[in-house]
Amino acid sequence: MIAIRALFTVVIGAPVLIGVVLTLGLALGWQPGLGQFDPGIDAFAQALSLPGFATSLRLSLVTGLGATLGALGVSLPLGLWLIGRAGAARYLSPLLAVPHAALAIGLGFLLAPSGWAVRLISPWATGWDLPPDVVTVGDPWGLVLILGLMLKEVPFLLLATLIAAGPRDVAGQMATGRSLGYSRAQVWRLIIWPQLYPALRLPVLIVLGFSLSVVDMALVLGPSNPPVLAVQILRLFSAPDPEQARPAAALAVILLGIMGLCLLGWLGAERAVATLGRHWLRRGRRIRQKQSLSGPFLAILGLMLGGGSLVILGLWSVAAFWRFPDALPPGISLSRWQAADWAHPALSSLGLAAASTAIAMILSLIWLETEDRLARPMRLGWLIVMPLLLPQIGFLQGLTTGFLWLGLPPGPVAVIWAQLLFVFPYVMIALTGPWRALDPGLTASAASLGAGPMRRLFRVKLPVLSAPLMTAAAIGVAVSVAQYLAVLLPGAGRVPALATEAVALASGADRRLTAITALMQAVLPLAAYLLALALPLWLHRNRRGLRGGLT
Amino acid sequence: MKRSFAAAVAASLMLASPALADWAQTKADAKGQTVYFNAWGGDPRTNAFIEWVSQQMQAKYGVTVEQVKLSDTGEAVSRVQAEKAAGQNSGGAVDLIWINGPNFLAMKQAGLLHGPFLNELPNAKYLDLSPGSAATTDFTVPTEGYESPWRLAKFVFAYDTDRVKDLPHDMAGLSQWAAAHPGRFTHPNPSNFMGATFLKQALVEMAPDAEALSKPVTDESYAKETAPLWAWYDKLRPNLWRKGESFPENESAQATLLADGEVDFAMFFDPAAPAAMIKQQVLPPSVRVWVPDEGSIGNMSYVAIPYNAAHQAGAELVANFLLDPATQAHMQNIDVLGSYSVLDPSKLDASAKEAFAKLPTAPALPTLAELGPTLPEPHPSWMTRLTEDWAKRYTK
Repeated sequence: MIAIRALFTVVIGAPVLIGVVLTLGLALGWQPGLGQFDPGIDAFAQALSLPGFATSLRLSLVTGLGATLGALGVSLPLGLWLIGRAGAARYLSPLLAVPHAALAIGLGFLLAPSGWAVRLISPWATGWDLPPDVVTVGDPWGLVLILGLMLKEVPFLLLATLIAAGPRDVAGQMATGRSLGYSRAQVWRLIIWPQLYPALRLPVLIVLGFSLSVVDMALVLGPSNPPVLAVQILRLFSAPDPEQARPAAALAVILLGIMGLCLLGWLGAERAVATLGRHWLRRGRRIRQKQSLSGPFLAILGLMLGGGSLVILGLWSVAAFWRFPDALPPGISLSRWQAADWAHPALSSLGLAAASTAIAMILSLIWLETEDRLARPMRLGWLIVMPLLLPQIGFLQGLTTGFLWLGLPPGPVAVIWAQLLFVFPYVMIALTGPWRALDPGLTASAASLGAGPMRRLFRVKLPVLSAPLMTAAAIGVAVSVAQYLAVLLPGAGRVPALATEAVALASGADRRLTAITALMQAVLPLAAYLLALALPLWLHRNRRGLRGGLT
Repeated sequence: MKRSFAAAVAASLMLASPALADWAQTKADAKGQTVYFNAWGGDPRTNAFIEWVSQQMQAKYGVTVEQVKLSDTGEAVSRVQAEKAAGQNSGGAVDLIWINGPNFLAMKQAGLLHGPFLNELPNAKYLDLSPGSAATTDFTVPTEGYESPWRLAKFVFAYDTDRVKDLPHDMAGLSQWAAAHPGRFTHPNPSNFMGATFLKQALVEMAPDAEALSKPVTDESYAKETAPLWAWYDKLRPNLWRKGESFPENESAQATLLADGEVDFAMFFDPAAPAAMIKQQVLPPSVRVWVPDEGSIGNMSYVAIPYNAAHQAGAELVANFLLDPATQAHMQNIDVLGSYSVLDPSKLDASAKEAFAKLPTAPALPTLAELGPTLPEPHPSWMTRLTEDWAKRYTK
């Protein structure tokens, strides 16, 4: 038990802690490797006096809070629309699987002033022979960045909503509410959804932490002069002047602080909203409302933007020279697919995903099986979510230094370990539900037939859980392939991966190369999901109860 | 007479043989190594060329070259810095860096470079290494053998002849052009190398005393020499793309804007880039190169080796291979990279000269005459100061 606790503390907890401590140390002037310690807070003064600091701060807050509130707000009507639609969750998973960078690049191709959306309606509807000098992608308010974040986060929150609603009698409560004269939307908003919220709190906070500190999407869709805080930190960390590392670390600490404050603020706001909601409830006002169309409308809009982003990636990847304002490329050419070296980073990404997912699966199984054998939950929950809540830039640079310091040079091993910090929590969360829901009668019967704990695990639990195991593995692959900073920083550029290549190419001249790389980045996790869907069907073609499916 | 000649030959052989033996040793050490070549990865042609270099090195010396595609050269510099901070003084992750100017100065001053090694390279004999020559100074800083040149860089504009009919003559004229065509001109963010080069081009043209630019910047010289530049820029900026409130990240992003017709100019540090991009169907065939009448700033691009590089022998072998006349001719081929050679033509033998003469040409490829004079780069401290000042002035 102690050994197992130590294992998780060392593998998952320690790296995050080392990363944060070294970042904080650097900000305060402590560099253990150099044997330097000149304590002071001048790095913070330097950070605060950077040109555009106030704007960067405002941008981070607006995009982070805006995307979170927006995603939550949109998930409400969409959740109502999807609830009770069988198999809705099945369609959400592929949307979840598309990596941030790939989606951002596609969305950029779609929404730029010279993007596909404008090309489709020009010049016949707009009169534009040249792209309009309007600001869309990279807008100084961060609106397109918020839109991109929402496209990724709404499916995540919806899935969490559907899972939370699963065990509840939603239909019954809805019927009761309706019979009392409330509209469907009102019952959903005031009665059902607040009951689901406790299960949504963690996903929402993860979304908040992620949006406040996102780097890859912000590089592609966000403003650049100045950029959001997280991008500014990355710029400073990679500036040629090593003196910039200290203000960078100070900014990272500030970002950690902002995350903490936002978290507290969010929890406070929850109470205020709850009080307000109770007030509303007590007033008992009935709003007569016809069938609301906002659910399907939002779903169609989201699918158009998300689907359009993927289609335009495919289109650009095979386009010959495609001039504005042609709606479609004048010709199809496979020359870039043949010329570009996309297989190398794709294989590398696949290898990293396989390794980090395999380790995460084994760790999760060790955890869950230990819980079963101890017959009580292990209290390490905070360990799981810490890497997801903290801003990545706040500890990954420090972790890279820490790895070096401990004798682990930049390379695949460091990258896999860093990815594991994010893959493991998601795999663990995905497995815990099905694992705990396993019918204890099955293992009890096996035990009564004389099967020991190992036999029960390998002959009963794992086969019965094969469908959720595959789903968890697919989620692991999707999380791994999407990692950007966890490849960039601990990999020292030595570890090629689709995420880093795609973001680097996004500021390159040849859109077709960018499209190919982004498309490959989207295809890998989608393939993993398809496999997770198909394999249990095939494995259990004669076991109807075990075919499962994606949730 | 004869005897003294023989003695001279013997003496030179004795001098040369340790070097030759060293080089044989370097070759032996390099065999089987993988050289991590940290090079800006934003240009697919350069990436493909490095791929070719890797194949050649593999076949000739059993050395693999793995390009680490940087989005900014600073990444490699800070990596080496971080390794030094962590006490990793050997076995470093970076073996070879495509480097220039301020990055070179920063690494040289911090003692992060291996060398001097240029004189150990057999192919260095094809370079003009006389004191003060282009191959021995990087942004006016003497290289002292700590980096080896590999390609020529010269600042040029690219424009679409279909849309621009009234080319300006100089940087001052550019401001008037932008006033007549608001929103159709921009430049990369000066935090990027190319954006900073744009400002430097204007500075070199407008500074009252050009001599001052070759010395390290002082508060006094900075104020005096940049005053006309900022006056000009303040007039230009409101007429830029997106009203000068946001800028493309780098030259490639701006090339995309030119291709899409969002702006009418792009800029490069490689005169062959537009011709190559037309071939790649990235830019329309109507794009041509424009250089201000007075000429444009230029320099050589170098490779350097970090002091803690894990594969120093392999890195030296690559640096030497890049200077091979056959490599340079292949590189200058517009179908390959189109980058101008750094070698001194007078030092080449007949077959090498012929290889260069036989290279194909392209309509958008400027002749040397069209490229005009090459203006010297200011001391790197000017660039650092300019970009910082620009950020302070225009980042709100």
